[in-house]
Amino acid sequence: MPQNRINSHPILEIPESITIEFFWQGKPFHAKEGETIASALIANGVNIFGHHPKDDEPLGIFCANGQCSQCMVLVDGKPIKSCMTKVKPGLSVMPADGLPDISSLPIEETISSNEHKLNEIIKIPVLIIGGGPAGLSAAIELGNLGIDVLLVDDKPQLGGKLVLQTHRFFGSTKAVYAGTRGVDIAKILTGQFEALDSVEVWLETTAVAIFEEKTVGLWRAEQDKYVLVKPEVLMIATGARERSLPFKGNTLPGIFGAGAFQTLVNRDLVKPTDNLFIIGGGNVGLIAGYHALQAGINVVGLVEAMPQCGGYKVHEDKLARFGVPILTSHTILEAKGKDHVKSVVIAEIDKNFQPIQGTEKEIPCDCVLIAVGLNPVDEFIQKAKEVKMPVFAAGDAEEIAEASAAMYAGKIKGIEIAQYLGYDTQKIPEQWREFEIILKSHPGEVISIDEDIHHGDVFPVMHCRQEIPCDPCASVCPNNLIHINPDDIRGIPEFCLLDGKNCIACERCVAICPGLAITLVDYRKDPLHPIVSIPLEFPQDKIKIGDTLPVTDVDGNILAHVLVKYIRTLRQFSHTLIVRVQAPAEVATRIAGIRIPTGWTQEEDSLDKYHQQTEQENIVCRCEHISADTIRDLVQSGVRDINQIKAATKATMGACGGKTCLSLIKKIFREEGVSTDEITEPTQRPVFVEISLETLANNRQEVQQ
Amino acid sequence: MMPSENRKVYDVIIIGAGSIGVPTAYFMAKAGLKVLVIEMYPSVGQASNKHAIGGIRATHSDPAKINLGKRSIDVFSKWQNLHGDDIEWRQGGYSYVAYQEEHANLLQNLVIWQQEHNLNITWLGKQDLLEVLPNLNPDQLIGGTFSPGDGSASPLISAFAFHKRAVEAGAAFHFNESVLDFIFDGSRVSGIITDKEKYYSKVVINAAGGWAKPLSEKIGLEIPVEPDSHEAAITEPVMPLFDPMIVDMRAYPGSANFYFYQHPTGKIIFCMTPDPPIWGTHTIASSEFLPRAARRLIELMPVLKYIRVRRVWRGTYPMTPDGSPIIGNVDGLEGYLLAAGMCGQGFMFGPGVGQLLTNMVFDNLVESDRVILDNLSFHRNFDVVERLK
Repeated sequence: MPQNRINSHPILEIPESITIEFFWQGKPFHAKEGETIASALIANGVNIFGHHPKDDEPLGIFCANGQCSQCMVLVDGKPIKSCMTKVKPGLSVMPADGLPDISSLPIEETISSNEHKLNEIIKIPVLIIGGGPAGLSAAIELGNLGIDVLLVDDKPQLGGKLVLQTHRFFGSTKAVYAGTRGVDIAKILTGQFEALDSVEVWLETTAVAIFEEKTVGLWRAEQDKYVLVKPEVLMIATGARERSLPFKGNTLPGIFGAGAFQTLVNRDLVKPTDNLFIIGGGNVGLIAGYHALQAGINVVGLVEAMPQCGGYKVHEDKLARFGVPILTSHTILEAKGKDHVKSVVIAEIDKNFQPIQGTEKEIPCDCVLIAVGLNPVDEFIQKAKEVKMPVFAAGDAEEIAEASAAMYAGKIKGIEIAQYLGYDTQKIPEQWREFEIILKSHPGEVISIDEDIHHGDVFPVMHCRQEIPCDPCASVCPNNLIHINPDDIRGIPEFCLLDGKNCIACERCVAICPGLAITLVDYRKDPLHPIVSIPLEFPQDKIKIGDTLPVTDVDGNILAHVLVKYIRTLRQFSHTLIVRVQAPAEVATRIAGIRIPTGWTQEEDSLDKYHQQTEQENIVCRCEHISADTIRDLVQSGVRDINQIKAATKATMGACGGKTCLSLIKKIFREEGVSTDEITEPTQRPVFVEISLETLANNRQEVQQ
Repeated sequence: MMPSENRKVYDVIIIGAGSIGVPTAYFMAKAGLKVLVIEMYPSVGQASNKHAIGGIRATHSDPAKINLGKRSIDVFSKWQNLHGDDIEWRQGGYSYVAYQEEHANLLQNLVIWQQEHNLNITWLGKQDLLEVLPNLNPDQLIGGTFSPGDGSASPLISAFAFHKRAVEAGAAFHFNESVLDFIFDGSRVSGIITDKEKYYSKVVINAAGGWAKPLSEKIGLEIPVEPDSHEAAITEPVMPLFDPMIVDMRAYPGSANFYFYQHPTGKIIFCMTPDPPIWGTHTIASSEFLPRAARRLIELMPVLKYIRVRRVWRGTYPMTPDGSPIIGNVDGLEGYLLAAGMCGQGFMFGPGVGQLLTNMVFDNLVESDRVILDNLSFHRNFDVVERLK
């Protein structure tokens, strides 16, 4: 049976995998050993995982990260999260259509509470929740000092979201591996663990709650064990979760968070779509779009409500160079489709973010990414503070920023924890904290640059038009001809010739630039037809010497059609192709990208072509299917305590516990002109992740016979 | 003294917008009284009411409680028809299950007494009980009571609905406001001073739940109400498995009673009485509750091992020495009414207490009101403990 899988990728190796068989609704399906049930289903073309018990609307994945609880299926009758449960041979998986019927499931033996003694609580100096960039960096610092650390992560591998990032990282080369791909940084950090005896790692372990006695409840999925741990210090590196966005039809299968998409595509090599539409022009949306292109997925458009994209300009440029329509000052009005998204209706918005009538357009697509920002996974921080546990936090859990900043903050927090525990460590230099702020800084204004300046007959051109914290180009030049202020790496790099030192056309700067924003122009052989070296992160079979292809400027405008003369990869910069083309001298320095043939077309259809109207509402609380209108009515009736909204609607009280809807509810208050200080926050209650009653009940010491 | 026309004067001031205060405000406002409710939290039901699990029964072992329970069931069961608010009332009944001879004997004797008091309750032997509760653990099961007239409703939605209708009837609610002191007119309580304002009234009602004792101390009156804390949890929803609230009276390490029911949405809500009691107004979940309660739950209904717990919470039971509420006047303190010490049953008694207090304020007591007030008087002997708390 054909599967929706990615069989070639410019960056990721396609691993050899064992095919196993499982059953969906009684029918045999093939899966890759080790993948999740959710990924296996999507690979088999299944997008509807169930139907909501309240309104029978179709349900599919949204976060693919164990957070949103939308992907429930029944495994051997038992409700589970398909995005967090590995598929096993012979597994019988059924859709969660309405409420599960457990009344006739088999009972082999009954249990008794007689002499029920709970297991001992495990005491440990440091517990780190989250093995992403922040958690790993903190653990490495603590481990280097020989401090006993337990690090837990809910996924089967360390690295957090680094494992989804196929692009080279920004930031500082020296401090946080800038210029290296996220997937490779994950390997480097994980590798550093092996030397650390004092760090214990529990993978597939979900932190479910913090309790009054300053304990943390952990669910170890592999052993299916519930364990209570009491650390002297708790470190929260739980990262972020994606924001949702209310619009008509927003819960249709095929609409998911950008992180879910990256998980499917980059971690599990599953191709959930052919035609992708993206909402949000921050780094997450832009990068997801680029990752889609790399995986052979057409990006039919991206809307951003602000007049400019909020993400790095170089990320936006990567999409623009491939002709992806980036529509700023636009929003989504509606997603259409019956069981799966089939199109989106977008419109231009005015400066008050109101849709402008008559600008509506309908764009066919089969997948929509919501990339409208991230919220910190900070419930553990709040609860730890409530119970007065010593708690540290780093990375997105503390403040949403780039992974590079998370690594650096994690390192600082690791040392701070050691100091808290009384270890005599180095004093944290003030510069480190300043540097952390630099790494967390938002991109600056986009400036125009003069790309026509010549530096001799061979030199790189920096198509870098925005201050962002990034320095790999400066670090890699063997003759130190590229300059960025080392004290503030946000500056725009400058190339200048030094006495007696020339550009040697090594192309390292071209290869390492995370923004793919450096080209090299070489006039030495033919001043009228110089050779331009262009970075390209696409499968090598898409381009060959002798092709004539369009080259574009930084904004994606086609400058010329040029001949591909040579293609190479530098050994230390794997998977980045350097494509040398011969170009007319008059455009050579303005060439920023090369467009390879994809066979994609962009089409826009008029509104009246699609008659079927979405029946779906504009959902705020995904778990309980509560619409924005319902919440708005309550706000307008005078409700100011979110606990009242909970009481009246059950919003925030579903499976996920307000993880997606709470920020949307607050947004409605803001839209209604209610200021934050008038609002009462709802009480946050554990468990923050659902856990099986049987697993809890089995927390006991064996009774001696 | 301020000129009287500037005073904020009410017929009744109720302190506490919880299980008791909100329905009481509704009944009083509806009866034409000018009512003010003072609440320290930002909205109704935010102290202990929202922690209640929602059980409502008349099948007690004390005539006063039976009466309050019956009146409340009457209000809860008719609410949706009268007002249109779905407060999730469900007449699923209660079932006390017996796995030990001692409990079987106690319950069977009590059923005879309860039937004499016109309660709809029967004793079911093992097989009959398993008809009602097919997923109940049959091992060592002796039998159990079944009282189909009892039920449950949502404390959250009920408080929201009672409040809405009380406001429609003219009751005023002041949130985020705390009572600092009382105003006296001779020996008569004639109003309160809050952190914002002075208010005058003919009657002040202490409906402050777990905070009733410190509130009463401001008036110089010691009342025997001590809060202890209980925990509860809710699972993910499943198709209907059973109707009644199931109560298991066995004592196990760390716990006494254990009880649970299936909410109309399909979720299982379970609660456990800690043994020994945990005194105080703890609200953060404990480490021990979930593993212990999960074990007791699966012991009673093994099929629940297939589902997950979704959320856990902890609330306050304002306890009295004998396990019964304190309702009514205090000798020598005219104008001050107690509606306190509900011992975890405030939600199920709230509407009944509201009606009773309304009758009191109008000096319009019926015979059954007098029985309740006698049995639940502040001046009673607190040494006698109810058979079935």
